[in-house]
Amino acid sequence: MSALRGLLVKETFHILRDRRTLLVLLALPVVQVVLFGYAIRTDVNSVRLAIVDPSPDAVTMNLRNRFAGTGVFEVVADVRRLADVEPLFQTGAAQVALVFDETFAEDVRRGGTAHLQVITDATDPNSGGLLQAYTQALIDDYRRSLTPPASRIVIVPQVQMRFNPTRASSNLFVPGLMAFVLTIVSALMTAISLTREKETGTMEALLVSPLRPWEIIVGKVTPYLVIGFVGALGILVEARLVFGVPTRGSVMLLLAEVLLYILVSLSFGVLVSARTSSQRVAMMAAMLTTMLPNILLSGFIFPLESMPQPLQIMSNIVAGRWFVTILRSIMLKGAGIELLWRETLILGVMAAVLLVASTRSLRERLDL
Amino acid sequence: MSAAAIAVRDLTRTFGTFTAVNHVSFEVHPGEVFGFLGANGAGKTTAIRMLTGLLAPTSGSAVVAGYDVARDTDALKQVIGYMSQRFSLYEDLTPRENVRLYGGIYGLSLGEIRTRSDQMMERLGLQAVAKRRVSELPFGWRQKLAFSIALLHEPRVVFLDEPTSGVDPVTRRQFWELIYEAASRGITVLVTTHYMDEAEYCDRLSIMVDGRIGAIGTTQSLKREFDVATIDDLFVKLVRPGASVPSAGAPA
Repeated sequence: MSALRGLLVKETFHILRDRRTLLVLLALPVVQVVLFGYAIRTDVNSVRLAIVDPSPDAVTMNLRNRFAGTGVFEVVADVRRLADVEPLFQTGAAQVALVFDETFAEDVRRGGTAHLQVITDATDPNSGGLLQAYTQALIDDYRRSLTPPASRIVIVPQVQMRFNPTRASSNLFVPGLMAFVLTIVSALMTAISLTREKETGTMEALLVSPLRPWEIIVGKVTPYLVIGFVGALGILVEARLVFGVPTRGSVMLLLAEVLLYILVSLSFGVLVSARTSSQRVAMMAAMLTTMLPNILLSGFIFPLESMPQPLQIMSNIVAGRWFVTILRSIMLKGAGIELLWRETLILGVMAAVLLVASTRSLRERLDL
Repeated sequence: MSAAAIAVRDLTRTFGTFTAVNHVSFEVHPGEVFGFLGANGAGKTTAIRMLTGLLAPTSGSAVVAGYDVARDTDALKQVIGYMSQRFSLYEDLTPRENVRLYGGIYGLSLGEIRTRSDQMMERLGLQAVAKRRVSELPFGWRQKLAFSIALLHEPRVVFLDEPTSGVDPVTRRQFWELIYEAASRGITVLVTTHYMDEAEYCDRLSIMVDGRIGAIGTTQSLKREFDVATIDDLFVKLVRPGASVPSAGAPA
């Protein structure tokens, strides 16, 4: 075992001495999640709001002030007729329109059914959905604040999603993003590590030594497992603090699953590394084989249920697909292992298969 | 001849239709410094890869330090040392850390590693730079260190694949002193080189031509046998049969 320990120490030194790479490895996941997160979320800040108020009044002003008071909305237009906001949407000048019914104030005072229409530009389903939800929450707040509580006021927001009537929620999105970033960073780390030794020539020295192929593989994967895990912790904290994604299930289970998934990704990287001969090729191969499947087939952006059958079948071999399900279930639904054992088992089997395959390809290179 | 340190019989390796090593047979005695010469692509590296258990022979056999290279690979690896053509140390580790790594890989105890590491730093005059990274050392020093590390676990046979290419003449001489020192301790050395003056340092040598052994023997016997003045001439004569080579008797 002292051989393996020596290897582990060596790998750790490699990592610690290459400060710049270490920094990149640790910061990359966190930064990527922020960048991607905001890029896709277009963020509920300075939302361009158009107001259509045919009969301005203290009641409508109250609600309008609530929107203005959040600091999130920026009123770009205040018009009387619905037809006037149409061009604003087409040019992108407005993202959300609040359309008061002509009799809105009157209806509220009477305690009748008041009509308020909310129009959202949902060209980007993620931001569209988010704006929609946010606006609705504000209106709900307003409705609840109306006194007396006995009042039977019902505001019916007539939701009209422009340009794209489907919508996706951001809570669903962040876990998918975490899986995506973890996969790529992990796979890249190990993909480079073996090929680097092949390029410098130290690989031959290891192969000639009494080290067994599995020891070389374990020596490669273990230190990166620690780094990957630290990076993942960063992402989890970020998901909570920056994006407000809750963790409703067991944190321990979540961490264990994260560790398992990093192992799968690292093992994949090692396999790529064992089968390629230069760092550049290994990096390209790892990028291509993790990036596209994880964007397209993990359910991260595009819902798997709406895909054609063959793609759904193909998605089964994308580890990220199972991990996204696990993450969403634990974080959003509070699911426990009893509901996730199948996905967990699949990831476990994937890790085992990948590690065995990497060990075998190392042995094949020995040509014994 | 089970006493031979290396006994190779009809060793052959093909890659597809290409025969890299073609029915090669030779023996190396214990404690001998055996030169392994040949033009690029003559099959030297393939032969060494087979002798070190990195590559399986297509046919024929090779026994190194008493172990069959195709069957007893695990045992073989404990008793051989190898210094590849390319640099085999980790440049981002210090000399001592490299020693510790390879010591651990070859199953030395921490105590042994420390003792041998101290001895090695002293012998190579590396105490002052023992805590610097290998990448900061001059190339010649690194090669000497790499050689010493290849000997760390006291192998019975050590394979050196062009250990001195790119090394200055003074360091090369020091390097050969290390080789002789190892041989005097009974370690068998098989060394490939491109420098013909180095070939003359070897006890015996073989010259590979197109996957076969074109000549084998001591430098003296080879010069006599092929009627050449230097090993350089012999090399050219074997590798390029058409080229005109002055014979030993002819005026230079």
